[in-house]
Amino acid sequence: MNVARQLTAWIAVVSVAGAAACGGKKPPVARPMPPPPAAAPAAPAAPPRPPVPVAEPTIVPPEPVPDDAISSASLDDLNKNSPLKPVFYELDSSDLNAASQKVLDENAAVLKKYSTWAVTVEGHCDERGTAEYNLALGERRAIAARAYLVSLGIAADRMRTVSYGKEFPFDPGHDESAFAKNRRAHFVITAK
Amino acid sequence: MKKLILTSAVVAALLAAWPHAQQPPPQPPPPSPPQQPSEIGVAIISEGGGAPRLAVPDFIALSPDAETQSIAKTIGQVLWDDLNFEREFSFIPRDVYTTIPRATSFEDVPFDRWRELNADGLIVGTVQKAGTAIKVEMRLYNVRTKQSAFSRQYDGTAANPRLFAHTISDEIHKSQRGLNGVARSKLTFDSDRDGERMSGTVQNRSIKEIYISDYDGANQRRVTVGKTLNIAPRWSPDGRSIAYTSYRRGGANIFISNIFQGTLDEVTRGDKVGENWLPAWSPDGTRVAFSSTRDGNPEIYVANRDGSNVRRITNHPSIDITPTWSPTGTQIAFTSDRTGTPQIYIVGADGLNLSKRSTDGYCDRPTWSPAPYNEIAYSSRSGPGFDIRVLDLATGVSSGLTNGEGTNESPAYSPNGRHIVFTSSRAGKVQVFTMARDGRNVRQITRTGNNEKPDWSR
Repeated sequence: MNVARQLTAWIAVVSVAGAAACGGKKPPVARPMPPPPAAAPAAPAAPPRPPVPVAEPTIVPPEPVPDDAISSASLDDLNKNSPLKPVFYELDSSDLNAASQKVLDENAAVLKKYSTWAVTVEGHCDERGTAEYNLALGERRAIAARAYLVSLGIAADRMRTVSYGKEFPFDPGHDESAFAKNRRAHFVITAK
Repeated sequence: MKKLILTSAVVAALLAAWPHAQQPPPQPPPPSPPQQPSEIGVAIISEGGGAPRLAVPDFIALSPDAETQSIAKTIGQVLWDDLNFEREFSFIPRDVYTTIPRATSFEDVPFDRWRELNADGLIVGTVQKAGTAIKVEMRLYNVRTKQSAFSRQYDGTAANPRLFAHTISDEIHKSQRGLNGVARSKLTFDSDRDGERMSGTVQNRSIKEIYISDYDGANQRRVTVGKTLNIAPRWSPDGRSIAYTSYRRGGANIFISNIFQGTLDEVTRGDKVGENWLPAWSPDGTRVAFSSTRDGNPEIYVANRDGSNVRRITNHPSIDITPTWSPTGTQIAFTSDRTGTPQIYIVGADGLNLSKRSTDGYCDRPTWSPAPYNEIAYSSRSGPGFDIRVLDLATGVSSGLTNGEGTNESPAYSPNGRHIVFTSSRAGKVQVFTMARDGRNVRQITRTGNNEKPDWSR
């Protein structure tokens, strides 16, 4: 009978499709078959291709960078107990609140007293911003602190700014007290 | 009469059960296009549609020594992993292979046994040693016809057996599926795993160096030395150089390491260049876009890769940072906080036609997909952390790829656009992971130290 023959055919297809669907650990991403490549008959008698060379270029190690640390012990000691204090910021912000301004007033007094000192103002962020945007936010924080000091009469060319984003947290913790310590402008004396 | 009804009922039940006639199952097999007789023997297909079912047993060592045996095993296993990665084929599980007698050459392959397991295709390979070199021969057989659909010979050093597998995988994807595979592509990222400290400062700061690895995490190696902060590396389109941000001069500057020559180029030099971050290569490799504070606040600039011809692209007192190029090189997407929070904007590479494209609360690190996809992946703030989301540029609709498994940032596309490398804290420290473009198949790439801001080569 026609129906029986059709039935047999359907059963055959279902079982093949079922079997095909059951194999492998991860079901493949459904994707339409690409158009079949241009027909090249599989000819075992065709001349063999030459072997394909398998190689990668070799990486050349870079020149080592000479260590140009400012190895002035007295500067290190000075920065360890620095009279220049950091100022702290709110999340996502570079605004100087009243406490920060007070700290900067004191830093300005120190810089006026030691008028040959040069400093770097580092901007830092906590881990709750993205790595990339935080590079710029840190810069904004450093610039804000520096601009305030300039407004108090400290010469701009004594103060360089650098942003480290969230790359160098002062406190490696993951709670708000750690985060608050990391959102800062930090002063490093670079010359006396 | 009764017989007829019963048969019809069974037929109806079978129709309902037949996959092509019912609601699509979670992974519906696509209908196969009509096959011309002359094409059989070139492409491996499966009966009834769906992904072809492959088996990849260990390769056959033609030389009896232990090293060749080990290489043959490695090539088979790595090839299996490489082919699995793209999910173009389904696989007969490896633990079943032990029930099939091992072939000792191309002449005694037990095709009928593989056919019993419903294999459509079988990869058979041989490895022969010749001094410090090896010769590998591979055939992809159509199991039903027992004909070789695709065959190649390869030679190269015995020191890098994985590369043979990666090459074979890419060639099989290309010939069988019309797909550019990624098995020979590389990742790059910054890492503090060496535990070295920054010189010249009081604080105990752990530096970061630039690392590269194979796409699957093998062969991780360091490519910078600097005792400083080296971050956010990006592969040049020709895969021979890495541009990155380095603080070796005190502030942030853009450098290019030409890693196969051992040379270093400085893109942003001089006194009045401010800080310069996050270089992105134009698709033709001749220019880099980056963010610079040289004019006072972070703006987007484009320069030739040697640092000449610097042109300013944005002009706004807000932060403009982390550029990425469109595949045609005519547009640049970047992050700007000009509306108050970081959002993603697109501008022409000439600086004209600026438009805001994102709508989430906080979006950063856009990365533009390669063609044929037209979308931008980015980090989106989600609770205390971030998730990776993708913005479809045609529809403006964004969808999430991660969903709160730790915090997830810094996405970059694979060269075929089917995968994304990113960082996640889900395993403890910050590590590099890859995932497919649908968010599945997440794989951890790094395990030591903190590893961040990755990129994927061509």
